[in-house]
Amino acid sequence: MSEDKKITKEQVKHLAWLARIKITDSEESKYAEEMGEILKYFRKLDEVDTEGVEPTHHVVDVVNVMREDEPEIKPAENILKIVPAKKDRFIKAPRIV
Amino acid sequence: MSRILELSASELVSKIRTQEITAEEYVNKCYERIKEVEDRIHAFITLTENIALEKAQEIDSRIRRNEKVGTLSGIAVAIKDNICINDVRTTCASKMLENFIPPYDATVIQRLKSQDAILIGKTNMDEFAMGTSTEHSQFGPTHNPHDLDRVPGGSSGGSAASVAALETTISLGSDTGGSVRCPASFCGIVGMKPTYGLISRYGLIAYANSLEQISPIARNVADLALLTECIAGQDNKDSTSIDSGTQNLKNCLVDDVSGVKIGVPEELFGIGTDEVVSKAVWEAISKLEGLGATFSKIKLESLEYALASYYIIAMSEASSNLARYDGLRYGLRLDDENYDWSTAYSRNRDVGFGAEVKRRIMLGTFALSAGYYNEYYLKAQRVRTLIRQELSKAFKDFDLIIGPTMPILPFRLGEKLLDPLEMYMCDVDTVIANLAGIPAISVPCSSSQGLPIGVQMMAPALREDVLIKVAFSLEQHLKPDLELKV
Repeated sequence: MSEDKKITKEQVKHLAWLARIKITDSEESKYAEEMGEILKYFRKLDEVDTEGVEPTHHVVDVVNVMREDEPEIKPAENILKIVPAKKDRFIKAPRIV
Repeated sequence: MSRILELSASELVSKIRTQEITAEEYVNKCYERIKEVEDRIHAFITLTENIALEKAQEIDSRIRRNEKVGTLSGIAVAIKDNICINDVRTTCASKMLENFIPPYDATVIQRLKSQDAILIGKTNMDEFAMGTSTEHSQFGPTHNPHDLDRVPGGSSGGSAASVAALETTISLGSDTGGSVRCPASFCGIVGMKPTYGLISRYGLIAYANSLEQISPIARNVADLALLTECIAGQDNKDSTSIDSGTQNLKNCLVDDVSGVKIGVPEELFGIGTDEVVSKAVWEAISKLEGLGATFSKIKLESLEYALASYYIIAMSEASSNLARYDGLRYGLRLDDENYDWSTAYSRNRDVGFGAEVKRRIMLGTFALSAGYYNEYYLKAQRVRTLIRQELSKAFKDFDLIIGPTMPILPFRLGEKLLDPLEMYMCDVDTVIANLAGIPAISVPCSSSQGLPIGVQMMAPALREDVLIKVAFSLEQHLKPDLELKV
């Protein structure tokens, strides 16, 4: 892990694609610079010896809370009401192919 | 302004029950006040006046008929706009959810309704709860009631400002890295992030699941205890909620701190801490010592790494959580007749999300991406373990850990907006409790040039009782000199 690792415009473009966020060419360099600065701060963690330390995913020791698999019927209209684009009782999706 | 608005929740409940005042009269006063100050404060995104007045009339008539009413009968509660209320617009202060009307109630909302609270409106916040100033709202910023040129803190800025400005009596916010304690501190009121799992997150629009908790805000410790009791408890709709038994916090409202052992980590007074803040917090500690508590200065070296660990984890979880906003089932959807699905989603997300949300999604995507996962995300989670371990070791010797809530005084609107990292640095003392899942409270302890200063106390998991007890004592003995500017 080198200190001078910078974020390139190509990386920003790739990340934006992964995150499905449209960004313009001029935004690419702004993101690269800002993200570089923030990531540099994050690298402060390199100072910490974490050899053999388990990661914390969750602070509460609860596992697999189960319930009976009984469906709860709710009127579909309430949910369909907030769908922005639909046809009859179906959600309209953008073009796939 | 009506004196009714200055009353505490418990005083109001008893006056409403004995019909000394009606719930309707009180709720009307709240809206009069809201209309008087909102053009200067802007604490609310949506007001729910019709629903509120209807509920108030219903409570009044039940009281007249001698029927049983709930523990919050008639009390106005403002709700942060990331907590779902059935059939009421819930925006997260984002264009993405500008027209989102949830078809269900969050569990906390069901509990408030069943205790006859009055939902007065939805409050302003940083978009998707990402921020420390409420300036990242897509609906415009909220102003600090003690200085209109300054921020109220964030992300629950509207929930805190509305309580401080007497527009409502109590409110709910959410706290992922300080989002309730920060605005409570900046607005001169009380805010508590409870133990992770104490309050159901069902219906809280997710930002960073492993860190966040719905959190109460009030003008005094007794009201905070009352509100916490109403909303706490296990919920089968949130599998991370815990069975904590009954939280009997009202019994902790006694002015007695004798024998309480306090640890004061020097890391909470690090570089960047304003001297007036340090001084005020130390005065509060001396006050507690004078009242019979004991304190020791300690070192908790891992705390220096809390901020970086927090932001990596929060951003990673955010990038995953916010992947759901594609505009299909709900939320912003632009005309996509001529676009393929990938471009269509990207355009919805580009227009729907503001700059800070995009920044965090991008950084979180980076931290989780192949080749960087171990270096950032997993590393941050390992550091999180070290912080938890060091804190639980400290809690073997101490009942409480005390330090500042915020390292600085409320800053001016715009002052930190252009430097994201500088804004993040403000959370240095608050993120610790979220990483460890422990409860933490902010209580007003002093002021400087009319600006509030809060002291923060952290306790072991499920020891809200200790926080409430010590906060109550501090409240009896410290009366910060504060004046509303509205």
